[in-house]
Amino acid sequence: MKDAFGLPQSLLVLGGTSEIALATTRRMIARRTRTVWLAGRPSPALEQSAADLRALGADVHTVAFDALDPESHETVLGKVFAEGDIDMVLLAFGILGDQAHDEREPMSAVRVAQTNYTGAVSATLISASALQAQGHGSLVVLSSVAAERARRANFIYGSSKAGLDTFTQGLGDALHGTGVHVMLVRPGFVHTKMTAGLEATPLATTPEAVATAIETGLRRRSETVWVPGALSVVMSALRHLPRGLFRRLPI
Amino acid sequence: MPADTVSVTGWGRTAPTVARLIRPRTYEEAAAAVRDCGARGGIPRGLGRAYGDAAQNAGGAVFDMTGLDRVHAIDADGGTVSCDAGVSLHRLMRVLLPLGWFVPVTPGTRQVTVGGAIGADIHGKNHHVSGAFSRHVLSLELLTADGGIRTVRRGTPLFDATTGGMGLTGVILTATVQLQPVETSLMSVDTERARDLDDLMARLAATDDHYRYSVAWIDLLARGAATGRAVLTRGDHAPLDALREGTRARRDPLAFRPSRLPGPPAFLPEGLLNRRTVACFNELWYRRAPRARTGELQKLTTFFHPLDGVPHWNRIYGRGGFVQYQFVVGHGQEESLHRVVRRISEHRCPSFLAVLKRFGDADPGWLSFPVPGWTLALDIPAALPGLGALLDALDEEVATAGGRVYLAKDSRLRPELLAAMYPRLDAFRSLRAELDPRGVFVSDLARRLAL
Repeated sequence: MKDAFGLPQSLLVLGGTSEIALATTRRMIARRTRTVWLAGRPSPALEQSAADLRALGADVHTVAFDALDPESHETVLGKVFAEGDIDMVLLAFGILGDQAHDEREPMSAVRVAQTNYTGAVSATLISASALQAQGHGSLVVLSSVAAERARRANFIYGSSKAGLDTFTQGLGDALHGTGVHVMLVRPGFVHTKMTAGLEATPLATTPEAVATAIETGLRRRSETVWVPGALSVVMSALRHLPRGLFRRLPI
Repeated sequence: MPADTVSVTGWGRTAPTVARLIRPRTYEEAAAAVRDCGARGGIPRGLGRAYGDAAQNAGGAVFDMTGLDRVHAIDADGGTVSCDAGVSLHRLMRVLLPLGWFVPVTPGTRQVTVGGAIGADIHGKNHHVSGAFSRHVLSLELLTADGGIRTVRRGTPLFDATTGGMGLTGVILTATVQLQPVETSLMSVDTERARDLDDLMARLAATDDHYRYSVAWIDLLARGAATGRAVLTRGDHAPLDALREGTRARRDPLAFRPSRLPGPPAFLPEGLLNRRTVACFNELWYRRAPRARTGELQKLTTFFHPLDGVPHWNRIYGRGGFVQYQFVVGHGQEESLHRVVRRISEHRCPSFLAVLKRFGDADPGWLSFPVPGWTLALDIPAALPGLGALLDALDEEVATAGGRVYLAKDSRLRPELLAAMYPRLDAFRSLRAELDPRGVFVSDLARRLAL
C-alpha cells in the first residue's frame, strides 16, 4: 500500500533499463519500496540493473517484456499482478530514434511510433485495469516536453510521445474516482545515455531531478509534472508562438 | 443491502482508496456481507475518525456499521450499558448523562463508535487512572470470518486480540460496557502554565494523581528556553455541591448541551496552516491561558471535545490532508522524549494540536497502544517538506527507547519497525491465521504493515 505521502511499497517498472526509471526506483527503495518488478527485454543490462537494486535491499524480479509485442502484454503483466498488489506502475520505456535516418527509412520511424505509442497503449491499458481492480495505485507515465509542440529536429519521437501524452490525459480522466492515480511526467532534455552526444537544450535536467519530481508528484497526487517545473511556463509560451516564428527558433 | 463504490479515506484525508461501502442494518445482513465480501475481503468502519488507513480496504468491501445503532439495555443501578457497536459515544452521552452515568473513557472526540473504540482500544485524559476503553468492556459479540457470531469474554485470547485489533479479528456487533457515575454534566477544571518541557513533566509527574483527567497542550513551535512550554488542564466531574444554588446548571445538573459552530467550507486553499499562522495561534493560546486557575466550571464538551464543535475541522488542512503522529515512550525514557520534542521544534512543524500526557498501566490487548509512560500526539500538514524523513527518524528514536506509535493514527510507519514496537504481534498474526485462514478481514493498514 502507498503511505500518506503516496510512496509505494511495490513497484512495477516497464522499461527496466531506463535511467530515469532506475533513478526513480533507487529513490523509492530509499523510502518505502521493498518489491520491484523490472520489465524489459531480457539482456545483461536488465539483470545488472536488477542486481544493483538488490544491493540496495529490495526484492527485485525481472520480467521478459517487449513493447513491440503487444499481443504478449496481457500474459506477461497478468503474471506480475497475480503475485500481489502493485502500488505504482512506472511506464518508462521509449526510444529516441535517429531523426535524419528515420526520415529516410520509414520502417524504423514506424518502430519508434510502435515502441513509444502503441506498445505503451497496450501496456498502460492492461496496468490500468489491474490497478482499478485492486482499488488503488499510481500509474506514472513518462512523456516528454517534445510531446507539447513538434520540433523539426525530433518530430518522429515527438509525435509518438504526443500520442502517449494525449492518451494518458484521457486515461487519467477515465480513471478519476476509481482509486487509480494517473500522473503524466514531462521532462525536458534529460542527460542520459539515450541523449548522449546530443546537444542539450536549455533547462536540461538529470534522472535524479526527475525522480525527485516524481516523489513530490506522488505526495501531492499531481496529474501533470514538468521537470524542471519552469518548463510548464516556457512551454505554455512556446505553444502559442506562431509557426513562422517557431520554425526560426534555434531549438 | 445498499452498496456504493466510493473513495474512502481516514480523518487525515491522505491516501484515498476505492471500496464497496456496505451498510448492514441487521446482524443477518452483516453476516451475509462478511460471507459474500469477495476476494479482497472486508473491514468494519465506524465514524471514520481513525486518521490513517485503518478503516479502508482498497478494491474490497468496507462495512459501515453506523446503521446498527440500537441501545439494548441500560442498568441504571449497576451502571452498565449494552448496545450495538455502531452506537456513537455522543449518543451514549445523550442517553446516559440524564441517568447520572458517563462513558468510562472518551477520546478527544465523541464522534467515534463503540466498535471503533474497542477496535482501536482508545484512551482518554483519564488513562493514568482508568486505563484504556477495553478495561471497561465486560463482553462483546464478534462476527467472525466464518459468518458465525461468538460471545467474547474478558480474559480470553480472542478478547485480547480484538481489543486494539483494528477490526481484523472480525466485526464487533454489540458490547456491554461498565460506566462511570457522575453527579453533574460539568467539569471542575484546574489550569496552569508550564514554562518548558522539564517544568511540564515535573508538574505532570508530581500532581497527576490528584486528578481523574489530565492533559497538556504543548507548543511545539516554541524554541530555545521555551521549548516545550505548555498549558495543563486537569480536572474531574464537578460534584453537585460545586454548582451554585439557583443557577440553571444547578436546576438541571445532568443536562447535555454540546455547542456547535458552522464548519469550514468544503474547499480551502492549501497552506492555510503554515509556520507563521500556527506560531501566532500558539503564542495567543499560551498567553491567554491563566498562569494558575482552580475550580473553573467547564461544560463537559468544552473540556473533552473542543474540536467537535466544528464539524469537518479536518478540512482546514486543505486537499493535501494531514498526518497525525502519536507515540509513547516508557518512564525513564524522558531523554528520548526531549530529543523528539527538540527535533520537531527544530523542524518547525506547524502543529497547533499537540498534546502530551502521562499514561498509567497498560491493558492486555495485544495491539493495544497505551503503555505506562509519556505519550505525545501532534497533527502536521502532509505537504510539509521533509516530513516523511523526519517522522522516520522519530520512529527510530521511539523504537530504540522501547516505545511505539499508535496504529489508529498511523498512515506511514515503516513496516519493519512494527514487531519491535508491538511484541505480541506474532501472537496476533497466528490467532488471525487460525481464526480467519482465508484472510476475509483485511484493511489498507493491514496490507501496508503486514498485520
